[in-house]
Amino acid sequence: METLEQIRDRLLARFPAAKIELVVNPGPAAEHSLLLDAAFAPEIATFLHDDEVLRLDYCSNATGIDWPEKEIIDATTKAKTVQPGYLEAVYHLYSMSRKHGPVILRLRTANRSDQVTLPSFTPVWKSCDFQECEIYDLYGIVFAGHPDLRRLLMWHGFKDHPMRRDYVAPDDYEWEPTPHGSVLDRAKVHYPATAPQPETPKP
Amino acid sequence: MSDPTRPEPVERAATPAPTPFPAAGNISDADREDLRQHGILLTSLEELYGWGRSNSIWPLQFGLACCAIEMIAAATARFDIARFGAEIFRPSPRQADLMIVSGTVTKKMAPLVVRLWNQMPEPKYCIAMGACAISGGPFKQGYNVLKGIDRLIPVDIYIPGCPPRPEALLHGLTELQAKIRGERVSGPQAARHLRADQPSEFPIPDYGEHDLEPPSNPALFKPPVLPRKT
Amino acid sequence: MSLFPHLTAPPGPTVRAVHDEFHGDLLEVSMGPQHPSTHGVFRMVVTLDGEQIVKLKPVFGYLHRNHEKIAENTSYLSSMPYTDRLDYLCSMSNNWAYALAVEKLGGLTVPDRAQYLRVIMAELTRLVNHSCLVGFLFNDLGTSFTPLLYAFREREKILDLFESLSGSRMMCNYQRFGGCRVDPTPEWLATASALVDNFPKFLDEYETMLSGNEIMLARTQGVGRVAAAQAINAGITGPGLRACGVDYDVRKVDGYGFYPRFDFRVPLGAHGDTYDRYMMRILEMRESVKILQQAFRDLPAGPVMDPKAKLRGFRPKAGEAYGRLEGPKGELGFYLISDGSPNPWRYRVRPPSLINLTLLEEMCLGHTIADAVVILGSIDIVLGEVDR
Repeated sequence: METLEQIRDRLLARFPAAKIELVVNPGPAAEHSLLLDAAFAPEIATFLHDDEVLRLDYCSNATGIDWPEKEIIDATTKAKTVQPGYLEAVYHLYSMSRKHGPVILRLRTANRSDQVTLPSFTPVWKSCDFQECEIYDLYGIVFAGHPDLRRLLMWHGFKDHPMRRDYVAPDDYEWEPTPHGSVLDRAKVHYPATAPQPETPKP
Repeated sequence: MSDPTRPEPVERAATPAPTPFPAAGNISDADREDLRQHGILLTSLEELYGWGRSNSIWPLQFGLACCAIEMIAAATARFDIARFGAEIFRPSPRQADLMIVSGTVTKKMAPLVVRLWNQMPEPKYCIAMGACAISGGPFKQGYNVLKGIDRLIPVDIYIPGCPPRPEALLHGLTELQAKIRGERVSGPQAARHLRADQPSEFPIPDYGEHDLEPPSNPALFKPPVLPRKT
Repeated sequence: MSLFPHLTAPPGPTVRAVHDEFHGDLLEVSMGPQHPSTHGVFRMVVTLDGEQIVKLKPVFGYLHRNHEKIAENTSYLSSMPYTDRLDYLCSMSNNWAYALAVEKLGGLTVPDRAQYLRVIMAELTRLVNHSCLVGFLFNDLGTSFTPLLYAFREREKILDLFESLSGSRMMCNYQRFGGCRVDPTPEWLATASALVDNFPKFLDEYETMLSGNEIMLARTQGVGRVAAAQAINAGITGPGLRACGVDYDVRKVDGYGFYPRFDFRVPLGAHGDTYDRYMMRILEMRESVKILQQAFRDLPAGPVMDPKAKLRGFRPKAGEAYGRLEGPKGELGFYLISDGSPNPWRYRVRPPSLINLTLLEEMCLGHTIADAVVILGSIDIVLGEVDR
């Protein structure tokens, strides 16, 4: 299969106005990905699907990621900059006819609150149908062009997006025998401290 | 006991200790056994009624999660739940008298479980099979997981395990049979389904915007009160 | 306003069928979540014109137990037991898929003996899953339990092996990133090998009863057809894809583990109907037996864990990895993102059961409810994995 740089260069030659960035994966897996321009994403997806060399006819995995805003402290100047948060949709593409892959595509929203619309890939790969519904349900990314976007896992009428990092679950905490970590914090909130009780002798 | 978050033990309603059965007047069990060897069978209607009911339990064919596979395994040849008269799994709640809550009850599923329970005719019993049905189990920290079905409907038998082995389910079933055999048909200790003051149907929670409404039935479930030491 | 507001169909595209005074009213039936034939708490909202299905909307989430959220708040090792509970018929292959992804993320190696043991466990799991699936499929066809009894008889034998090895019948929690948890004894291997050698006898018995059965043929051939291009586009994987004649098996394509060392065929169907999906399972079991016999023959000695692997406090470098394998139901993938902390930043399961349901409506259109039940049975879903 072509390298990701070659794919990017071919895409840039085909879509000169699009902004396509190579996102480097620093880990040992070294599965790099392409960050696409949301405005051109449907055309690029169709191109990748139909291209004779690549023929990425199979979209295996589609998922969302939440990146809340993050404070970055520069190591030398100690200056603090706030990196804005965004939501990301990631697609893993393979080719069943050419038996190669994966090509990983990423799409990012402008922010996490009001500009959360991304183009849907369901018209190109039907396998994204339920997965994009799931991303909409759990992360709140709205996929424009999806034929039937609805909550997949939570009920109709549920208001939150529970896989987001800042989601707060309803407080139905119940005592656990060995609370620790975040569970202990929840226990302390749920059972506020009271004045010491006199020890009652156990019969 | 130095754990500051450990709560006081929960006060549970004490079940009355079973008194010996007044099977036939004041004749003792040894006398009855003696008579039985001579071909004379003495029993009471109450005892006969309990014996019959305990050996023809029809469970609801209702699987929720992993434990349902072990429930099916309990019905197959090796474990053979038919030996205990409970092999007729009915798909309709109208024909069933035992609900085996076999698996994780999610908040999306909880109203439907209560509805099924309400649709079952009395006398009916409930077994909470597995850690999830008892307390949420390994998935307790999940936002969509109901932390124990006893928050919404009364449970007769709890079977721990993740999942419980089929033998554990059979043990739970025999425990339930013993409980049924010990039930009285009249008097102040009469069985739950024979008393007018005991509800047979329970309120079905609604899907709210963030959680079930109400998240638990306050008449059934009291969260443990925990005075935490400073 | 409907009598049961939360039981009404979710909003979706409009009904496709002709609906006028001549054709009469359409009937909407909610099947599930408590239904004997939906394999758990799956729900379908079916619209019927007479007896024909004109619209079918699956409704998910009744077993959504927040596996991904829990895993993002716990360490890499603690997620391993949760993977058992994804597809609770195939805990061993779920373990492997997760271990594969973590090994890719952390750049870990696996000893040879562990690689062979993983193949053995995964193929035994395939035998369990496929034999149970066939049993359940015949339940859906109306044979009420008898084939299932045979299937569970064989399943119990394999579960006994799993139990003696890992300590649990269903939730094995056996594999670790960097190897396997315990080494089987020679007695265990001898028992397992004998079981595998006897398995074809069971398959012959099963096939004699079922494969040529006239009712079976009438109920399944030509029912629930899928074209190859349609299946590829919808991301169908596993036996359901190969029943359409698409030669795509991750064991061959990716060659993960030691699968390139094994000699086996990938059975392919031709029609993409329910009968082909059934036959794929039977043929795959025969191939699994072949793989297992080779694995027992070639199993090398040595350690089962990489001595350098660090299970507790495992902190992979920042990065991401997508590990996938050919599970019994299809391509099972784990997508992990690490930010260098002990917990994964993103933990995603690519559930084959959910994505294989994408074409359920297309398969069922024009058929009756009774056929929809059989089609669903042949897709082979487990709700723990569909909803996670």
